[in-house]
Amino acid sequence: MKFLQDLMFNKIRPNFEKGGKFEKYYPAYEAMETFAFTPPHATHTGAHIRDAIDLKRTMFFVVIALIPSLLFGMWNTGHQYYLSIGEFTGLADGLVDKLIFGAIRVLPLVVVSYVVGLGIEFGIAVLKNHSVNEGYLVSGMLIPLVLPSELPLWMAAVATAFAVVIGKEVFGGTGMNILNPALTARAFLFFAYPTKMSGNMVWIPQETGMATVDGYTGETLLSQAYNSAAGSNFGDIAYNAAGQPFGSLADTMWASFWGWIPGSIGETSVFAILLGAAFLLYTGIGSWRIMLSFLVGGLSMSMLFNAWGANAFMAVDPVQQLLMGGFMFGMVFMATDPVSAAQTSTGKWIYGFFAGFLGIMIRVFNPAYPEGIMMGILFMNVMAPLIDHYVVQANINRRMKRATVATA
Amino acid sequence: MPKNVKIRRGADIQLDGAAERIKGDIAFPSSFAIKPTDFHGLTPKMVLKEGAEVKAGQEIFHDKYNERVKFTSPVSGEIAEIVRGAKRRILEVRIVPDQEQKFEAFDVSDVSSAEKVKQLLMSAGFWPMIKQRPYDVIANPESKPKSIFVSTFDTAPLAADYDFILHGDKDAFQKGLDALGKLTDGKVHLNSRPNASTDTVFAAASGVEKNTVSGPHPAGNTGIQIHHIDPINKGELVWTVNAQSVAMIGRFLMTGKPDFSKTIALAGSEVEKPRYVSTIIGASMKALTEGQISTGDNRIISGNVLTGDHAGAEGYLGFYHDVVSVIPEGKEPQFLGWLAPNFHKFSLSRAYFSWMMPGKKFRLNTNQNGEDRAYVMSGQYESVLPMDIYPVHLIKAIMTNDIEKMETLGIYEVAPEDLALCEYACTSKTPVQEILRGGLDLAQKELG
Repeated sequence: MKFLQDLMFNKIRPNFEKGGKFEKYYPAYEAMETFAFTPPHATHTGAHIRDAIDLKRTMFFVVIALIPSLLFGMWNTGHQYYLSIGEFTGLADGLVDKLIFGAIRVLPLVVVSYVVGLGIEFGIAVLKNHSVNEGYLVSGMLIPLVLPSELPLWMAAVATAFAVVIGKEVFGGTGMNILNPALTARAFLFFAYPTKMSGNMVWIPQETGMATVDGYTGETLLSQAYNSAAGSNFGDIAYNAAGQPFGSLADTMWASFWGWIPGSIGETSVFAILLGAAFLLYTGIGSWRIMLSFLVGGLSMSMLFNAWGANAFMAVDPVQQLLMGGFMFGMVFMATDPVSAAQTSTGKWIYGFFAGFLGIMIRVFNPAYPEGIMMGILFMNVMAPLIDHYVVQANINRRMKRATVATA
Repeated sequence: MPKNVKIRRGADIQLDGAAERIKGDIAFPSSFAIKPTDFHGLTPKMVLKEGAEVKAGQEIFHDKYNERVKFTSPVSGEIAEIVRGAKRRILEVRIVPDQEQKFEAFDVSDVSSAEKVKQLLMSAGFWPMIKQRPYDVIANPESKPKSIFVSTFDTAPLAADYDFILHGDKDAFQKGLDALGKLTDGKVHLNSRPNASTDTVFAAASGVEKNTVSGPHPAGNTGIQIHHIDPINKGELVWTVNAQSVAMIGRFLMTGKPDFSKTIALAGSEVEKPRYVSTIIGASMKALTEGQISTGDNRIISGNVLTGDHAGAEGYLGFYHDVVSVIPEGKEPQFLGWLAPNFHKFSLSRAYFSWMMPGKKFRLNTNQNGEDRAYVMSGQYESVLPMDIYPVHLIKAIMTNDIEKMETLGIYEVAPEDLALCEYACTSKTPVQEILRGGLDLAQKELG
């Protein structure tokens, strides 16, 4: 490894250090070097030993947790496509073809997200002469996973740039942002290019001149639930993208849990998401408080709607409600972003509950678009500092009260 | 009413090289030093010059703003050198000891009043052993604390075991407690482990409030104990004294002889035979460690690995320290270290495997294990600080110099040592203790 280090870094380092030719680009160089070799910094103030955990490992572990969703998303992109043209309609059929088809659609989005995002991060780091923060490793993977596979690459690039600059860097970079950067990207697309983010045509890859099977709709389950006639039982009438009914509520749930339904790339498979969740909870990187309270919040709202039952969407079975759309993905990967979430333990319970609660509420009430998890989380991102403020204020009040009692 | 406090949050870092419970001998050091930098916020006013002869217990310098608080020589000998740093700040006063030790004599026949106890402790140089909260500085002798806290155990990694050190020192310890009792109208709290055996010097102590505190580090810190037993409110003072210092004060008040010898633990993975040794405050690290530690790039720390001073082989034992820790330096880069499984590294998070190896003792080095970053993770500090305080918010208030916020968030109750574990655990490698010390200084200056 010494050889590798000499070859890659020791020889060229002087060029980037103070007085070197490329002094200005030191942050970019440093990011590369510390990525390959953990820095040899020894502690110089305070505690002489430090915990082995650092931000690189933390962020990379979240990326690991996203891999099942990414792989499943690639397969499902292919699966939905072949389903729509009536080939390989069985789940086990054409595994390789589906994966390859999906990879061709999905990987460019991932590459665009990383290239644009990291490019901006490196540029700003060089401009402002601070080190490159690892936060974008996660955002860069989250952004493609919440997009429809049919989104033009240039839109993904514009959204990524918006999210990194307006969502994060204007506030001072990772750690200072108020909104979740990945959701900022999605919200930007949602409002700037609504036709590419909603409707029935964006979820399943289209090829010019392709012939779809009879009954093909491309509709997501949420859109079906939204459009189903009052009094009808959504669970019994739900169908897949090719128009074939699932048959029963149990079968609909089954398909939603495994994720062979249309939707954004990473959000459809609850199973893949739960694999990631298990990893995040096991390593302690994801907050179990937020995940649990988010789940409880979403479930409470769904059950309230169930009891109310004014239309078919409200009447959807609460469990089915949570299995569809972006609820699970939002719960595990979006709401738990430690920077934009509440920071106090009590605050996390409140934040998570209302993010889930409002997410389902907006999903059902939204007249234009049958999804609201993104809005619920972004809204609670904005509210998180306020929640923390009151939690901390309660602590301050306890201390003040103790002081008055002591002096009285 | 004595309290039984159960601490749940915190962490014990299992380090290799804990001192074995045996007392070894080391050669009498050929050099000593008393360091004004051991006493935070002190402006020393020198009384003696280089070349002067001193006896043990004779004043070398005093507090410029309070002449009565004197700092005396731990040994008799000659002042060899006054080491100065930037702006001629005095860093060390080095003393070459005599072959035969001579002691200043003090009349300790009358210690009936607080004023007499204070006068004796101040003139012989024992007063600085008494520290004050808030601000974690030497106690102001003109003030009166609402209570005094003595912790009989230290939970820091590789810490010295006072139960072992003070074994057989029952009378001196009791005498010290009695003297402290005169300094407050309130109680002297003596806090022990709940399972401590009953024949120890601490169990035999009388005239004090005996509380028990269980749980992981920092349960042994007086700051944590004060918070749970008799919390500090605005305007209140609590004094704290280290258990061994209590016995040293007691010994002095029994004999009138200013004896600054103490037992310290020589510990750490790089110490060949980790054990206890008898020495004197200010002893040179050379004498303590030469021939005792492995060759290689080591860090010699006066104090424990979380809060101690980087003394180095040419340094000296700090005034307050009961342990010398020697651990390897960590200046080696590691290829893709953030990705490797790293079974040899210790982490409080479960992103490494150390949590699955509860019995394992780790040989940790001084590598920072990451780079300085803005705060990203939340909840890490809270999980190792067993206080009803929001540490991240407090640190942020200090960073922005918001004095009112610092005050309301509880800066009076904390000392850097209490948040040392937060600094250890921090993913963003924030220098918590340094920031907190800056905040305490500012608060003291502005609020008094």
